[in-house]
Formats: sequence, C-alpha cells, structure tokens
Amino acid sequence: MPTLKKTTLALALAGATLATTAQANEVEVLHWWTSGGEARAANVLKELMEAEGYGWQDFAVAGGGGETAMTVLKSRAMSGNPPSAAQIKGPEIQEWGELGLLGDLSEVADAEGWDELLPEVVADVMRYDGEYVAVPVNVHRVNWLWANPDVLEAAGVEMPTTLDELFEAGEAIREAGFVPLAHGGQSWQDATVFESVVLGGQGSEFYQQALVELDPEALGGEQMVAALEDFKRMRELMDEGMSGRDWNVATAMVIEGVAGFQLMGDWAKGEFTAAGLTAGEDYLCAAAPGTEDAFTFNIDSLAMFRVTEGEEREAQQALARLVLEPTFQETFNLAKGSIPARPDLDMSEFDSCAQQSLADFQRTAEEGGLVPSMAHGMAVRADVQGAIFDVVTNYFNDADMPAEEAAERLVSAAQAASF
Amino acid sequence: MKNTSATPLGPTAKRSTPSGGLQAWLPRLVLAPSVAISLFFVYGFMLWTFVLSLTSSRMLPSYDFVGFGQYARLMANERWWVASTNLMIFGVLFVVICLVIGALLAILLDQKIRQEGVLRTIYLYPMALSFIVTGVVWKWLLNPQLGIQAMVQSWGFESFRFDWIVDPDMAIYTLVIAAVWQASGFVMALFLAGLRGIDDSIIKAAQLDGASLPRIYLRVVMPCLRPVVFSAVMILAHIAIKSFDLVVALTGGGPGYATDLPATFMYAHAFTRAQIGLGSASAMLMLGGVLAILIPYLYSELRSRKHG
Repeated sequence: MPTLKKTTLALALAGATLATTAQANEVEVLHWWTSGGEARAANVLKELMEAEGYGWQDFAVAGGGGETAMTVLKSRAMSGNPPSAAQIKGPEIQEWGELGLLGDLSEVADAEGWDELLPEVVADVMRYDGEYVAVPVNVHRVNWLWANPDVLEAAGVEMPTTLDELFEAGEAIREAGFVPLAHGGQSWQDATVFESVVLGGQGSEFYQQALVELDPEALGGEQMVAALEDFKRMRELMDEGMSGRDWNVATAMVIEGVAGFQLMGDWAKGEFTAAGLTAGEDYLCAAAPGTEDAFTFNIDSLAMFRVTEGEEREAQQALARLVLEPTFQETFNLAKGSIPARPDLDMSEFDSCAQQSLADFQRTAEEGGLVPSMAHGMAVRADVQGAIFDVVTNYFNDADMPAEEAAERLVSAAQAASF
Repeated sequence: MKNTSATPLGPTAKRSTPSGGLQAWLPRLVLAPSVAISLFFVYGFMLWTFVLSLTSSRMLPSYDFVGFGQYARLMANERWWVASTNLMIFGVLFVVICLVIGALLAILLDQKIRQEGVLRTIYLYPMALSFIVTGVVWKWLLNPQLGIQAMVQSWGFESFRFDWIVDPDMAIYTLVIAAVWQASGFVMALFLAGLRGIDDSIIKAAQLDGASLPRIYLRVVMPCLRPVVFSAVMILAHIAIKSFDLVVALTGGGPGYATDLPATFMYAHAFTRAQIGLGSASAMLMLGGVLAILIPYLYSELRSRKHG
C-alpha cells in the first residue's frame, strides 16, 4: 500500500511539474483569447512557432476581461514560476516591469526595426525603462459610433458628426419609436461613453491633460464640467432597462433595429459580423461624434517574462518577432475585428470600418490625435482607473449630483488612489 | 465548530486497556491533521491578510509596512461607506423579514394541515438553488422592460411602475427581495423542527388554563424556540455578510455602485484594481463584523450551558 501511494504521489508531482514548466525551446503563453474566432487566431501563432521548430504551450484562461487570467498570473509570478509570455497591456506593463519580472527584447526590436515600424505612442507603451519588454498584437479603436441604417432612415437622420447633431438625431429617433442609443449600464461601459464624450466635446489635447496626465486643473476645470454635462445628457438617449446589460446585448439592439446607435469599441464589429451583416450596408460605423480627428486606442500586447535559460530565451525572442510579422498580424486581426499594430500592411482583405480605422490611426499618429483609452486600461494604472470609474458611474446614475461636484470628485479620485 | 465541545469523546478517552497508550492518543492523532490544516489554512491566512492590510501592497503582496494607512484610506473611501451602509440595510432587513416570514409559515404549516410534506418541500425548495440562479431569475423579473412592470403594464395598468432595480436609491431593496425569497423557506424548516420538538403537554396545559391560540404561540411557544431563533440569526447573518454571488448576478453592484457590499468591494479592489493592501483592510473589517456577531453569541451560549 505505502509503495503504491508513494508512486501515485510521485506521478502526481511529476505531472504537475510537467504541466507547469516550459521545456527548454518552448514558450508558454498565458492569454484569454478563448472565444471561437480568437482561439483560431491564437492558433495561427502556435503554428508559426512550430514551423520554426519551437514548442508552444497554451495557457489559456477563460474570462473576457482577463480578470481570472491575471489572478492566475499573479499567483504563478509570486511562486517564482511565471510563463514565458502573458497578455498584459497598458500601464500594467510598467507595474510588472517595476517588479523586475520582465525580460528585455531590445535585440529583436533592433533587428526588426521596431522603432521605425511602430508609432511612437504605441512603442512607448511597450517599453519599460527605455527597453522593449512587450510586443503589440493589435490595435482596437474605442471611439466608434455604430448605427443601424434602417432606423436612421425611418427617423430621417444622418450619421451625426458632432455631439449636438447626435442629440438632435437622438430626439428624432425617439420620436420615430426607437431607442436612440443602446447602452449597457456597467461601469466600464459608462466610462467608454464618457471618454468618447470628453474627446468629442473638448478635443484630444484636453483629453490628454485630464484623463492621461491627470492634471488636477483639467480634471476639475470648466471644460470637464461641460463634458460631464454632455455625458449626463447622453442618458436621455438611453432606455431604462440598460442597468447591468452586457455590451453585446446592447449591440444586438442595434442589429435588430430596436436602437439606432451604440458607442462602443471595434470589438462590436465581431457581433455585426457574426450576425452576417456587411459593413457600410447593413450597419454603419463612424468615429464617435466630434472625434474624427482623434483615435482612442486599446492595444493588446504580449509581455515577455525574464527567463534565464538560453534556449527558452531564444524561443521567446522568436515569439516576439513572429507576433509583429505580417502573417500573424493579418490573420489575427481579421478574426478579432481590430487593426494590425504595424501600419504598413496591405489592408485589402479588411472591411471598410477597419480600413477607415487604420487610415485614421496613421493620420492621428502624425497629427497628434492618438490618445490612450482610459476606460480600457491604457492611460492610467488600475487603481486610478477604478477610482475614476467609481466617480463616473456614480455621477451618471445619480440624478441629483451636479457636474461641478463630480469634477471635484474626479480630482480627489486621481490623487487618493495612489498610495 | 462551536459544537465540538458537545461531541462525546469522553468515554473513548477514559477507557483504560493494556494497550491504553495508543487508545488514549488515537482520537488526538486522528484529529491532529485536520486541526493543523485548519490552523494553517484558516487562521494562518487570516493572520497573513492582517499583515497585508498593514502594507502598501498593490498588484502583488509586498512587505512595505505603512501602519494603519490602508484603514485610513478605507475610511476616506466614499464607496466603502456605501458598501457598509448597504450591508446594514440589507443585513437587518434580510434577517428580520426572513425570521418573520419563516416563523409565520412554520406556525401555519404546524396546524395539522393535509399535504404538509408537499407544502414544506415547495417552501424549502428555493434554498436548493444557488444565489446565482436566484439572482439571474430576479434580474429578469425586476427588469422594467421584461419582468413584472412590463407584465402589469400589458394588462392595461399603464401607470404601474416597479423599477427599483434601475433606481440607485431602491436597488438595495431588490437584493433583500431576492435573498428573502431564497432563505425564508429554510428558516421555516428550522422553526417547524423547533415547533415539533416542543412538548405537547405544555401547550395542553396552557389551553386548559384558557389561553387563546395567538397567546399560546407568543407567550409559550416562541420562548421555547429561543435556540432556533439564535441559530437562524447566526446563519442568516453569515449569509448577509458573505453575500457576493447574489449581488454579482442580480445587479452587478449597480446602478453605478449603489448595491455594492463589502464582499464585492473587497473583490474589486484586491483582485481587479491592484489594491491588495486596501482589499485586505476591508477583509479585516468584514472579519471584525463577523466576530462582533459571533463572540456575543458564543459567550451567551457557553454561559447558559454552564449554568443550565
């Protein structure tokens, strides 16, 4: 009996070790691309790696926002056994960098000329202490307005290009018997609308000052009060059943012709595509009202952890290189609804929304309208972001809170969050 | 755990046989692993959480001590106060309403009615569901455009409104509705068992003395049920403090964060907002809340046992 038990124990331990330790020339990648299209897209990367003779160990943790995956990653990192690469994005890359856990990718970056390839704003997010530690996978644009053309026609309105036009169009749509703006009352969705309103009404310079640099004067100033008032007006365009609704349900309202518009990032395109609709005909896309010269980006990236062994490091560097190569960029982004992280690709395969997205991306990158999305964790750290979410969602749902008070709370939220 | 003192370990321990050494030590040996595991995984981690609550830990635990700074931050946090106030409202209403409804149902069921077993199952059944299911079902029922409001309006009462779930001031009461629906059948079962345990002769004596039925229940039966009330309050209070799944499924903490409870506050800060220090501090305050209920209860229980 004891021998049997010992053997079982030894086997179990061996199994656990095998399951968690990457072999020498293998990369272990933690990600949450688990939905059908995403998983197929991630598989492309695996095949590319295998074609070059490297192993790929999949470490997929389901859960849309990646909360579960991040919890798993933290426990792995704490026990001193992080995977070779993980889906980490935005300022969180800096936090991991500060903990001294990320590896250096300068060799690949120099060899492949990432500095010339990537827009400066994007490259900045990928660097810690001046060196590349992560590689961008795709670029999502957050400031999109989606619309159902039939509803617009029935109400006799055009795609709005300013906030005022949106409010007017909304009025007409309501009179025609539709919900003007589909929305889900969850704090991140409130924040998504909020940042588009700030950008659309006050411009990208103000957005940068207030929501990226957290300048107290901008956060508490008159412009912010005006933006908050616009934001509250948005509520009048929404239906009362929005509380707690998921974003894809809101998108379905646009698809089914119940609602006219939705303000949501380009992952909404996945829903339109899945419903068999064609961009430009069955559904319309345009920059959120007032933001045609701006682009709020949300970049997925793979951060590389520090590994010691030579062969694993080689595999890791190969992974970083392959991620930015055209084959993967094209296949992955066609499936994901986003646009490639490198702006020099042939876009003929992509739909009209994605083509417009890339054109705007390049243009705004040159003109300075390219800003990180606050609502999607690209602009500020998780704690500050959470504190801002609290203020925004509380103000949006509280009929009595004046915009001035909300602006003051934004200032204190930005200060109180950091310890 | 509080009942271990009542388990009859005595006879085994007292028996003395030739191989008495092992016999005497066996119970302790058998219990030792579970005690060690509890000490480590329950009390050890409590202690660790306390240590973390004194540090500036953000994304990963760090041991940079900042005294009671995290508690000060928590006290200054508007959302924490919303969560705590919500817990008070939710906890008190949930416990009281469950007790009242449970006791009433039990008394009514106790009137020697037919089909009692069927009725009992019907009332107890909600307890078999997880709070997630309860939450999702009530979310649909309370949605103004799908549920009760839409149904009554479709009957022709156009002005009928029942939109608590989207009203930040009323949303917390929707949690009470769903939780009471879930747990009052269970309280009924507890009370029914208690009622069945009361000696008939006491009631007969009261009847002979000419007491009315309501009076018998109020003055004779209820005092006998004191231990049942205690157990019910203990269990319900625990459910209230630990409520997490119901909030997540029913309101998601919304509208805004109007239905946030300490448990959801703790989860949001420790796990999604890289605020492990602050999250630990809130967890310690929740533990304090549980102890505030548990200690007086244990005290009164142990004391009454000694004297009784």
